[in-house]
Amino acid sequence: MAACPAREQLLTSARMARFVAHGFLRLDSVVPDSLNDQALGVLAAGVPAVPYGTPVAEAFPEGSFARSLLDLPAVAGALYSLVGPDPTIDHHAVHVRQPQEGQAQPLHGDAIIDVRPDAFDVQLMYYPREVTLEAGGTLIVPGSHLRRTNESDTGRYQNLLGQQRMVCPAGTVLILHHGIWHGGRRNDSGVPRYMFKIRFNPTVPQVRLWNTDDLGDPEVAEELRTRFPWYEQATGRLELHNRIRLWRALTGDPSFDLDHWVTRVTNRPGRATVDA
Amino acid sequence: MTTQPTTTEPALTSTARQQVLVLYLNNSSLDSTVIGWARYDGTGATSPTAGDGDEPPYATGVAALLDGWRLFQASQLVPPYPGHEYDVSFLKHEFLFEKLVDTATTTAPA
Repeated sequence: MAACPAREQLLTSARMARFVAHGFLRLDSVVPDSLNDQALGVLAAGVPAVPYGTPVAEAFPEGSFARSLLDLPAVAGALYSLVGPDPTIDHHAVHVRQPQEGQAQPLHGDAIIDVRPDAFDVQLMYYPREVTLEAGGTLIVPGSHLRRTNESDTGRYQNLLGQQRMVCPAGTVLILHHGIWHGGRRNDSGVPRYMFKIRFNPTVPQVRLWNTDDLGDPEVAEELRTRFPWYEQATGRLELHNRIRLWRALTGDPSFDLDHWVTRVTNRPGRATVDA
Repeated sequence: MTTQPTTTEPALTSTARQQVLVLYLNNSSLDSTVIGWARYDGTGATSPTAGDGDEPPYATGVAALLDGWRLFQASQLVPPYPGHEYDVSFLKHEFLFEKLVDTATTTAPA
């Protein structure tokens, strides 16, 4: 991967806060048609597999399609902000939802249950062609990424209020937190739906990797306060609590709080500090 | 003697099939709002699947009762495990309903 992207290419604190609340970021049409037009041929030929944990430069040599994708300024800036310099490639895959196939994937989180409180992987999903509603674009449940569930144990959840069914122009990139609930939907169109995914492991502490110039902006707190329609009233408050804990880890600021949520339940005057 | 409302339902013949509706609600009360749902159709007339719609079939759990669905299971209220009070995991308020459809006399899904 290239050196640290230009500061203006990094995510702002508000965008980072949006990622912490939503569990993903969406970069519409960020890949130019010059790459999109090559994509299907490259993906059909297959992107060579690499051992888990291969550095980006070894997995995707200079001049390769995947490297060109990752070196796009907007993509490089987002990845650096989230996982830092020199992440390793966990794995990558091409996913094709064939036309008129029987059913969707069950709603799931990838790999196995992963409860790291202060680190995370991200998964990039690239859509080289326009995705229509009928074509089986990825189902994503915003704000599900901090749930302690294992893989497809969530398979019985078919639809959740406020879910996002991916509809996007060609060249759109999603970057997902490793824990987010998602699944490939049934393709009811007449054309295949393509997606290329790459999972990244960080190799540095994920602390203030983004452009922190706006860290004190009220928009940061507003993003972190986002409530999703599928949240139960009571559990939704616990989601805020857990986002505060994650934001404290990402900023290195143990005093950060939103509306007193964590302070209130850890306040024990004169007692030892409780890590609630 | 109290007269109970009668329900017309198919006899348990070989042509009766079960449809299942699962509603996830905002809190533990059946009259709270729907936040998630799933459907399964034993008649074979439809094939619901993940991500097939954005609009819930009913606004509340009671609305499903009013439309003839029969509740057969509801989540228990389980206390948080000590030391894990702030963990979030599965949806807590899951209610399962059924309808029995006589496929010999019904041509449209219930």
